[in-house]
Amino acid sequence: RLKNIVLGWNDLLCSKPMMVRDALNQAMDEELERDERVFLLGEEVAQYDGAYKVSRGLWKKYGDKRIIDTPITEMGFAGIAVGAAMAGLRPICEFMTFNFSMQAIDQIINSAAKTYYMSAGFQAVPIVFRGPNGASAGVAAQHSQCFAAWYAHCPGLKVVSPWNAEDAKGLLKSAIRDDNPVVFLENELMYGVPFEMSEESQSKDFTIPIGKAKVERQGTHVSLVSHSRYVSHCLDAAVVLAKEGIECEVINLRTIRPLDVECIETSVMKTNHLVTVEGGWPQFGVGAEICARIMEGPAFNYLDAPATRVTGVDIPMPYAKILEDNSLPQIKDIIFSVKKTLNV
Amino acid sequence: MLQTQLLSNHHFNFGRRGRDSSVGRAGKCDVHRLEEGPPLKAELTREQGLRYYRIMQTVRRMELKADQLYKQKIIRGFCHLYDGQEACAVGIEAAINPSDHLITAYRAHGYTYTRGIAVKEILAELTGRRGGVAKGKGGSMHMYAPHFYGGNGIVGAQVPLGAGIALACQYQGNNQVCVALYGDGAANQGQLFESFNMAALWKLPCIFTCENNQYGMGTSVERASASTDYYKRGDFIPGIRVDGMDVLCVREAFKFAAEHCRSGKGPIVMELKTYRYHGHSMSDPGVSYRTREEIQEVRSKSDPITMLKERMLSNNMASVEEFKEIDIAIRKEVEEAAQYATSDPEPPLEELCNHIFSNDSPLEVRGTNPWARLKSVS
Repeated sequence: RLKNIVLGWNDLLCSKPMMVRDALNQAMDEELERDERVFLLGEEVAQYDGAYKVSRGLWKKYGDKRIIDTPITEMGFAGIAVGAAMAGLRPICEFMTFNFSMQAIDQIINSAAKTYYMSAGFQAVPIVFRGPNGASAGVAAQHSQCFAAWYAHCPGLKVVSPWNAEDAKGLLKSAIRDDNPVVFLENELMYGVPFEMSEESQSKDFTIPIGKAKVERQGTHVSLVSHSRYVSHCLDAAVVLAKEGIECEVINLRTIRPLDVECIETSVMKTNHLVTVEGGWPQFGVGAEICARIMEGPAFNYLDAPATRVTGVDIPMPYAKILEDNSLPQIKDIIFSVKKTLNV
Repeated sequence: MLQTQLLSNHHFNFGRRGRDSSVGRAGKCDVHRLEEGPPLKAELTREQGLRYYRIMQTVRRMELKADQLYKQKIIRGFCHLYDGQEACAVGIEAAINPSDHLITAYRAHGYTYTRGIAVKEILAELTGRRGGVAKGKGGSMHMYAPHFYGGNGIVGAQVPLGAGIALACQYQGNNQVCVALYGDGAANQGQLFESFNMAALWKLPCIFTCENNQYGMGTSVERASASTDYYKRGDFIPGIRVDGMDVLCVREAFKFAAEHCRSGKGPIVMELKTYRYHGHSMSDPGVSYRTREEIQEVRSKSDPITMLKERMLSNNMASVEEFKEIDIAIRKEVEEAAQYATSDPEPPLEELCNHIFSNDSPLEVRGTNPWARLKSVS
């Protein structure tokens, strides 16, 4: 705990606010510079500077060979990226959104994820699939799905879901350096959000380990476990709840697969209450997995109430703002769920 | 029914030259968007002829042994046999370098052999033993070797992979090419056309190769494809149709294709007209959608191994006894390989969860129940 306080001060003293998109940009820039086998391909990543400007400036700096605009053919270019990874390169394959990755999902699962196992360790596939995941704003049903649960279901994949700018930079660098297929789930609504960056994160060798969650806020009454954008919601809810004397411990998962169960268990054994928060649909989702794992481990005996999941509503995403707003977890939903769980 | 003629006038007729080599003359290959095709003349040395014979015969006998082991239930699951198509794998390998790359679909045992894996490691993989090329974890459809990317189970998925391997060759500037094989069934897959588009746009050194054995599982080419001119299906990509039963035709065509790619002209589409004697897989007797007469006719008139042997004999390039000796040696090799494949132990259960991730620290894997905490190492 002391370490966290010191680091907090450190952040304040040495911070340079950076938007998530720029952190991602910096991560890719540094890795492109560091290793000539790394390259980026996807729709509009080069001359357009990226559909969401995440790859701004990279084509100008690295040229056609390393930053490749593809036609709108996900199955084809994802397969090409996987083949290139098999033959010695280290591709970053961007999906304009992960909704389009469904077209390519066979290449991600059957050609990338399973190959190291099927070949008994002969053929590695060092590839990163990245892009925005989950709901945006007003883009409706076909463009708003969260794929965390789908990809995290599959052995052979690592699935990463950064929240803030520091997460984005450190985790993307780790993902690119990882010799395995990594699904890197960004969030469009977070791209423009600035965060303070630590001194440590300025280094070109700054990485955050995949598979380790982070406690963003210490607490004693309830463990709020979340990933991506909803970590912000949890922290905001925690501020409101603190005024009523409820101290929430907020855990930022950072990685969905492999899940850092130990971090969650340690927290639950301290707070005795668990609330998971995610944007995805409830059935067979990230929260469902966390609950199952807690039941199977030592933390179950420390629960004073059943675990609660806060999720997106179990419907395709509607368009009208009032409907969309009520299809996703709001801060009031988190506050309500915490109080119900604590029976207050 | 075989609608199109399998043996067109593309095969090489051998002229007399001498014992150590012969020069063949052939009719032109069908070409698409090419001014000229592969050469009309080719030289076959005695050494080459005997080598191609030996390799084709080894693949043949290996596949027939797999058939036997499958019927004895020692091999299980999927088993797609390559007998009849040997000239394709052997001709291609004769034309490219070991440092070139190759990827194919699930009818892959022949290519696994030509790309350098021993018969015993292939058979042991089929029987699921620890001495198998993938330690028993892959099976028939998932065998790998240096510069050989399998063995792929999902129809058509290997083609974009092949284009990606070609991209890596171009990127690394190593002057290597990638042969990306697929069947007449896969030829209609959308991802192929996506690959053609990108390969042509970026001039990738990829030799897209359709092994047209006339049937996609039980569906003949006429019932599956609006156009059965598979060498033209690349549209803006040049194409060549080759007699896939003639190992020399295949070799010359692929020498031409490899040169085309290496010279920076971009991809090329090859169609090899070939035939499989077995059904689609071991669960398909292969006679509900074609006649036994048809299979017999191909065997008697176009068998790739017989054709090569007869040509060498009639040109005095080798004797009947020499071929017999080769056959005996191969029979012995395959028999010993089968022995190995049936006696080698199965993979140890302790290794069940290994090889999930490359170059990673050991991780815990959940077993069938919460108390089963299994270990996985890279």
